[in-house]
Amino acid sequence: MTDSTLPTLALRPPAHRVSGRAVVYWTARAALGWVGLVAAQAIWLAVSPAERAAHVAVFAVTLVLAVLHLAVMPQWRFRVHRWEYSQDAVYTQAGWFNQERRIAPVSRIQTVDSHRGPFERMFGLANVTVTTASAAGPLTIEGLDQPVADRLVDDLTRQTQVAGGDAT
Amino acid sequence: MTGPDHAGPDLTGTGTGTTGGTAGPAAPPVPVPVPDPERWRRLSPLMLAVHPVMEVVRALPALVGVLVLGVTRGAAQGAVWSVAGVGVVVGIGLLRWATTTYRVTPAQVQVRRGLLRRSVLTVPRDRVRTVDLTAHVMHRLLGLARVTVGTGQSDRRAQDGLRLDALTTAEAHRLREELLHERGPAVGLGGTPATAGTPATAPVPGTVPARPGGTPVTGTGDGTGTGTGATVLATLRPAWLRYAPFSLSGLVTIGVVTGFAWRVAGDAGWQPDQAGPVRQVVDQLGRAGLVLATAEVVLVVLLLVGVFSTIGYLLAFWGFSLTRTGAGTLHVTRGLLTTRTITIDESRIRGVELSDTLLLRWVGGARCTAITTGLRAGRGAERGASLLCPPASRADAAGVGARVLGDRTPLEVALTGHGRAATRRRFTRTLVPAAGLVLATTALWRLADWPQWTVEVALTLLVLAVPLAADRARNLGHALLPASLVMRQGSLVRRRSALTRAGVIGWTIRRSFFQRWAGLVTLTATTAAGRQHYEVLDVPAARAVQLADATLPGLLAPFLVGSADPAPAGDPTR
Repeated sequence: MTDSTLPTLALRPPAHRVSGRAVVYWTARAALGWVGLVAAQAIWLAVSPAERAAHVAVFAVTLVLAVLHLAVMPQWRFRVHRWEYSQDAVYTQAGWFNQERRIAPVSRIQTVDSHRGPFERMFGLANVTVTTASAAGPLTIEGLDQPVADRLVDDLTRQTQVAGGDAT
Repeated sequence: MTGPDHAGPDLTGTGTGTTGGTAGPAAPPVPVPVPDPERWRRLSPLMLAVHPVMEVVRALPALVGVLVLGVTRGAAQGAVWSVAGVGVVVGIGLLRWATTTYRVTPAQVQVRRGLLRRSVLTVPRDRVRTVDLTAHVMHRLLGLARVTVGTGQSDRRAQDGLRLDALTTAEAHRLREELLHERGPAVGLGGTPATAGTPATAPVPGTVPARPGGTPVTGTGDGTGTGTGATVLATLRPAWLRYAPFSLSGLVTIGVVTGFAWRVAGDAGWQPDQAGPVRQVVDQLGRAGLVLATAEVVLVVLLLVGVFSTIGYLLAFWGFSLTRTGAGTLHVTRGLLTTRTITIDESRIRGVELSDTLLLRWVGGARCTAITTGLRAGRGAERGASLLCPPASRADAAGVGARVLGDRTPLEVALTGHGRAATRRRFTRTLVPAAGLVLATTALWRLADWPQWTVEVALTLLVLAVPLAADRARNLGHALLPASLVMRQGSLVRRRSALTRAGVIGWTIRRSFFQRWAGLVTLTATTAAGRQHYEVLDVPAARAVQLADATLPGLLAPFLVGSADPAPAGDPTR
């Protein structure tokens, strides 16, 4: 192809990390899920004495997986989750095991909103979602400090208004 | 239960619009010099006749059960409930007619509905992308058509709101002209004799040889701007019928027919496995031995699928024609019993997609759809609305796409492959699950007394996985052209999508754990049109960045590094 003569380029990760408290939040959120699973198994173990060895084995495996997940996932996620915006584009990176980078031109942005669940509020965190006219392309930045999220929403809203057009 | 023809009782309108709808039934809230467009218009009262009949038809299995065949007590009781249900639904339909009104003001289209919860759905007129007139048999007998207006909004609920079921054909046509052709000061088309869409007239057999298949695009490409001239881009050709059995639409028909028969039998308290013919067939198959029985069943199913697919093809595409009107729209008319006329604003077309199933590809066929905002791919009533060419020979389908795009290169250009790593990944992704299945079934067969045939089936799948993976790898490809980004993937269903560069409104670069390992990414172009996202699957990471950067120059610039080496990147073409 003709365009194979283009220079080799690489996309660098976005510049900003999310809030450090997000690590605690992710750990807490994941721990809640594991606690449910572990509790259910503990009750099972206590109630039914049959095949005790198998139950204990499953229980041990669950515990190991839970500890591994809680130790690895939040740190890994924190290293991946990043965001940045320029005059023309918003750029996010998210995920841990599977990762995703999303880029949306500011001129195509339709809505910018910040939202926070009750659990996130306990940690003083907020999410920012940027949508375009495509149903496939919303960019979500998770785990921002509330003031940072507010400023981001303000800035993007202002830039979007300048851009105009119907963004499809 | 729900048929394809009604959205169900939606008394709760979707209030994405502006006003809360406190106004009376016929009071125009805004006094404006032009009196006529401000008036709230009603659906056709003939709908009062259509709706009960439609509901009765839908409840036919139950009615047949209770009136003709059924005397069994349990079944009769169920049927009584069915009939009562029909009564309720008919009542809701009447209410819907009484409470639905619409109007087209110079700036907006508004639909008002709901009895207890009044709502007004308001859509700016410049957001109207497509108008779809559909007429079922009952509609056509009474000269009616259902109007569905497609807007650019990806919001699901807003789309459902802009459906008017139904208007008289004349009114529906007028509405379409108003919405798509009479906007903007320049396009003054009074009566628009140019438009070729007459959905309620008897369909003309598709034998108009107005267009040979593979002619160059030039010459027909600029039918727009003439103001009056309509250009026929394609009509149904009898030769296309030989692709009909391979379109597999018959599978759906067979499913529907079987389901219908099953319900009739069930409502009548009739057990099919007790009936003479069915038992004879089952007995014969039992005696015939495994291989012969399988062959017989497969043959019969293939034959049925072929026949029903052909019937389905004729029903859906009879009288098919694709026309470019002088006013910058495309008209698709088709259908034997249910006629459909879809009008697409050409300036909203963001590309064209050529797709073929394995079977269709095997006989050299393909179909062509438009990628356009306002028609989201694969969603309920909108399904099939973006069709530009029914299953036809590949050259014809590509020719139609080329005429619409005004450029035939995107559909013909040789694509750049994705290289060794992508091929390897296609193989691992098909073979590993298949091998896992073999291991699992073997273990279960040995340890848990599963029947041996499960292992045999798993082994067959493993063998079939090899050519499938090879084909999937072979079909991967992309190309960047001056006007569009072209990508291809798939095997069982293969798609070549040509998306215009202007249609790309964002990028997603996805790297799974194993993709990172293989140095590959999936580059997704997001768009407001069609499928909403178009993937360049498993492309080498550097190549993906090149592609994204070259497609929308400048957008990625602040985020790029390492552009020092201008030497040609080793293009991993096989």
